[in-house]
Formats: sequence, structure tokens, C-alpha cells
Amino acid sequence: MSSDWPLFEVFIRSRSGLEHKHVGSVHAADARMAIEHARDVYTRRQEGVSLWVVRSADIVASDPEEADALFEPARDKVYRHPTFYAIPEEVKNL
Amino acid sequence: MSAAGATPQQPEASSRAAHFRYVLRLGDTSLVLGQRLGEWVGHAPALEEDLGLANLALDLIGQARLFLTYAGELEGRERDEDALAFFRDAPEFTNLTLAEQPNGDFGHTVVRQWLIDCWQLEIYEALLACTDARLAAIAAKALKETRYHHRFSSGWLMRLGDGTDESHARVQRSLDSLWRFTSELFAPDDVDERMRAAGIAPALAEPSSRWSSRVDEDLAAATLVRPAAAPYPWHGRRGVHTEHLSHMLSEMQHLQRTYPGARW
Amino acid sequence: MYTQALDTHGREPLPAAAGSSAVLAQRFQERIDVEEKIEPKNWMPDAYRQTLIRQISQHAHSEIVGMLPEGNWITRAPTLRRKAVLIAKVQDEGGHGMYLYSAAETLGISRAEMIEQLLSGAARYSSIFNYPTLTWADMGAIGWLVDGAAIMNQLPICRCSYGPYARAMVRICKEESFHQRQGFEIMLTLSQGSEVQRAMAQDALKRWWWPSIMMFGPSDADSKHSAQSMRWKIKRFSNDELRQKFIDITVPQAQFLGLTIPDPALRWDEAAQHYLIGPIDWNEFHAVLAGHGPCNRERLEARRAAHEAGRWVREAAAAHAAKERSRQPEAA
Repeated sequence: MSSDWPLFEVFIRSRSGLEHKHVGSVHAADARMAIEHARDVYTRRQEGVSLWVVRSADIVASDPEEADALFEPARDKVYRHPTFYAIPEEVKNL
Repeated sequence: MSAAGATPQQPEASSRAAHFRYVLRLGDTSLVLGQRLGEWVGHAPALEEDLGLANLALDLIGQARLFLTYAGELEGRERDEDALAFFRDAPEFTNLTLAEQPNGDFGHTVVRQWLIDCWQLEIYEALLACTDARLAAIAAKALKETRYHHRFSSGWLMRLGDGTDESHARVQRSLDSLWRFTSELFAPDDVDERMRAAGIAPALAEPSSRWSSRVDEDLAAATLVRPAAAPYPWHGRRGVHTEHLSHMLSEMQHLQRTYPGARW
Repeated sequence: MYTQALDTHGREPLPAAAGSSAVLAQRFQERIDVEEKIEPKNWMPDAYRQTLIRQISQHAHSEIVGMLPEGNWITRAPTLRRKAVLIAKVQDEGGHGMYLYSAAETLGISRAEMIEQLLSGAARYSSIFNYPTLTWADMGAIGWLVDGAAIMNQLPICRCSYGPYARAMVRICKEESFHQRQGFEIMLTLSQGSEVQRAMAQDALKRWWWPSIMMFGPSDADSKHSAQSMRWKIKRFSNDELRQKFIDITVPQAQFLGLTIPDPALRWDEAAQHYLIGPIDWNEFHAVLAGHGPCNRERLEARRAAHEAGRWVREAAAAHAAKERSRQPEAA
């Protein structure tokens, strides 16, 4: 149907200092309307200080089938995490 | 001297009565418009618009509650927001005639909303500076809401005016039909004059001209034609309404009137 | 926990060929068994996808249709505060419908298709909304009983295996408790009011009790989808378990209100520590579900009318957006 409104994904920053989080989606004919719809649907209880709306078609997502190739190599690089290193307790500020 | 039951011919003798009436008018316009929008819930063109219209209704009912509560205090007869909303008959209601007009189709509702949004923007903005601190505070809250309402209504005016041939025709027709009620928006009467002298209400010439400019701007974006001014003077604010109001009130007031004295 | 997992390098090797359907299904079930969430675009059995589409969209339709019986009393709410609260509640319901349509769309069905299924009568929605709201007291009964039953059904789904559905339910449950409280408050005010108001409240309880009990659905032995839904953690408790929990919670509330539940067989069973109810008339349930309830026709007609009447509006918005796009001297 030509009158179908495209889907937009909605991201909200709930307060300053936090990132925008994905909360769901809305349909809208244009970006201005998408902001209004997102505001009406997802911020009725003061859930946000900032809204992003992005056309769903514009989101590029990693393929779950490639999750292993994309994310597995990081698993065994534990030396990136602070707990891997044993530091004597007497040493402060490390 | 009480304002209740006063007919349009009787002048307001005291300042307090005028003050009461001035605040009551703001409350009644918000109440009647909110009540009209409440009729839409579950019937809007899209689910998202159901939420949008409900949001407008909630804001307006909220404004009505604040204005009416204050008006009741000014009147000094212990009428609270519900006593005023549910136990006055049509001739005692002081809303703008425009507000009580039926919803019609979505475009008709948008035009009515947009005309009043543009008006409320001017009035609430002007009230920020008034000497009545309580009224200024209510206006400040209402102004934020109205900015969003105007975004909504002018956005839709534009989409419908500059959408399809059908939408353009429908919304131009609605505009032509509702325009005549705008003569009431900035026509000051003795209540307005008293309040202006008291430093509460604004003089209306400048708000009127700003309203007119904003209207022209929004109409241009919507590719709509501003109708010619209609000469008939409307007096909703003085209790002279169209036939629509009493039907609306019958529905709204039914439970309270049928079971007077009951707590709900 | 996090650091411990990092310190162990050893990990089971992955199965060599991930392509075979049986292997995929097994890995899928393993994820479910360890409470790992399934997200959009993850591989899933087609039956899992279809079950979720059916269940989520039915739930969404219920919220949307549910706006109508309560919307019926917005213009006649007896105080401004009640009017505002009722508008907010109905608005929430619309919002819940949207969260759910949004979740369903992640599974590959569009909003337009789902709306078409609802309006054509092909889709089901909760039978409860096919009953009329005849008095203001119905607003109380619906909030107290219908939302109460809905909360009982919905809370477990917050932990369902499909991520978007679980997250939508968490959001919904947070908003739902105000719905039930405002309904109970209305019932309380009425039951402490005049003779007429008490009678109004009692009458509403009489009409809404059994339909609310039936919201939990037939016994699971009679429900064909239950066992598989349990295995896939779409369903976490049986219909009967949830129904019993609702009854045990609600009966004392009715006693507090001083109202009588319309069930002469209702009794407390000391041994079982449960309230036992009389027989449920499942014929009524099936009849209403099949379209023969008091308001099925009206509800659907109202939705169809709104959809039709709004067609020119939706088209105008799309046309305007298209004009705007063609007016941009743009890249992409």
C-alpha cells in the first residue's frame, strides 16, 4: 500500500551522561512525525531528554550467523581486561 | 453580585468578578476542547494519532483543572473544578465558540486545534508577564504544552494541505467553515479591559497581529488560502453558544447531574 | 561471574557444520534451556516464529480493541480527575499495542499485514473486550479484574525467550500496575458510596467476573499450543496455575470491598490452601472467541470505520512526504 508509513527505530537518552538506548519502533510518514510519535509512545513517563529516530531500512546490523567470526576472537584476549593481572595488594592506585 | 447565572447583558460590577470570569474563560476553552478530543480516542486514522490526540486531550484537561480550580477560589463560593465543570449549564460556560465545534473528520479537528493552538500561544506567552503570579505559573506550564500542540497541529495542517488533492480540498473546506469563529479570538470586551487595566490580561492588538502572521506562515506552508473575514460576532465567552455545546454538556455532565451529591 | 568466565580459556569446540536443520534446532533449544534470549535475525524454527507472531499480534490486537470499551466512558467520566486518568489509561493501552506490534515486526510480519488480519476477522484477540461497558462501575471492574488478570498473564512473559517480546512486556508491566490500582480505587469509592453506587459496583462485578476468569484460557490439557510453548519458554506457567493465583488474590479483595462474587460454589479449601470456584462455562468463551459475543461486531466495525475514515489522512501524509523528498536537492 502506498500509504504505508515506513518504520523508524527509536533510541532514547534517559538522562544526560547516558547513551541513547534502543527502545522499539514507530511508523511515521516523515522524520518530523517520527519524532512526535516516538515522543508520544516512548516518553509518557519522563523517560528521556533526547530522542533519535532512524529509518529501520538504514540500520546496518551485524549478521548473527557471523557472530562467532566478529566477536569470538575477542573472547580469548583476556589480557584486555584488568582482572587478568595479579597485582600485590599493598600496591595502591593500580 | 455573583457571576453565576449572569447573562451577557449585565456588566461585571466588581474587579474580582471580572478576574474570576477571565480565568474561567481560559479554563472553559481548555475543558471544552479537551472534551472534544476525548471523543477521538480509539477512532483516529492511525494508532499513533490515537496517542497523539489523547496526549493533547490530557494536556488540555490538565490546564482546565488548574484554571477552574483557581477560578473557583477567586469566585469565593466554594465551587471546585468539578462543581464548575459539571453543574453549570450552557449559558454559564465561557469558552470560545470555536472550541465547541464538533470534531468532523480528522482534518476538521486539526484545523480547529491549530487555530486555537495559535491563539493559546499568544495568550499564554503574554500571561507570563502578568501581575497575577498564579495565573502566570499556569500559563508557563500551558505554554510548553501548547508549543508541542502547535507543532502537532501545524505539521498535520501542512501534510493535509499539501498532501493529496482530496486532503487539500477537505482541509480547505474545514478552514472555510471554521474561520468565522476566529473573530472572537482577539475582540476585547469589558472583562478583558478590566483585566488589562489590572495588569493581568494583555492588550490584544499585538497578540492579534502576531497570531495573524503565524497563521499566514502556516497556511503558506500548507498551500491553503486564508478565508475572508466573516462579520458575525460570536459570544461564547459571554455564554451565547451554538447548539453544539448543550449536547456536549448533556453527555459530559450526565452522571453528576443524575446522582447529585455522590462521590466519584 | 564475569571475571571467572574470562579466566577460563577452555571452551567446547563448535559443531563443524552449523547448516543442518536438526543441529540448528538443537543449538536453538540449548540456548533456550540456559535462558539465553533469542533476538531478531537469529535462526529460529519456523514454528517458533509463527507461534510468536500469532501470540504477540493477538496480544497487540487485544490492547487496541481494548481501547474501545473504556474509551466509551471518557466523555462521561464523572470528575475531571477520573477523566484524565481514564484517558491516560486508554492511551497506555494504545501504547502497549504499539510496543507489541513493534516486537512482532521484528519477526518478519508488517504492521499493515497485522491490521489487515484484525480487520478482516482472521485474527483473534482477547475475548474479554467483546463485552459491553454499561455503567461507570465497569471502568472500576475492568481495571481491577481485567487488568489484574492481564498482569498475572503478563508478568511471566517478561522472562520469555524472545528478546523483543520480553522487553516489551517489561515495559508494559511497569505501566500496568497503575491501571489496576485506579480500577480498584473506583470500585472502592463506589462500594463506600450511596446505595445506587454500591449496586452499580456489585452489578459490574457480576458481569465481569466470569469473563475475567476465562481470560486465562482453557485448561492446558485442552489447549493445543501449550506444551511446545512451554518448551520454548514463550509460556512459563500453565493457564490453570495463573488462573488459580488470580482467584486467590482477588477473592479477598472482593471481600474487602464488601461485594459478592457471582459464584455460589466459591469456597476456601483448607487442605489445598486455595479458593475453589464453580464450573466455568466454556461454551460462552468459545462462542465469544468465534465472534458471537455481545460486542464482537461493534468492536470490529469501529476499528474498520476508523481505518477507512483515516485512509485519506494516511495517504495525504505519505504523499506529502514523497513531495518533500522530491523537493530536496539531495544525496541518498
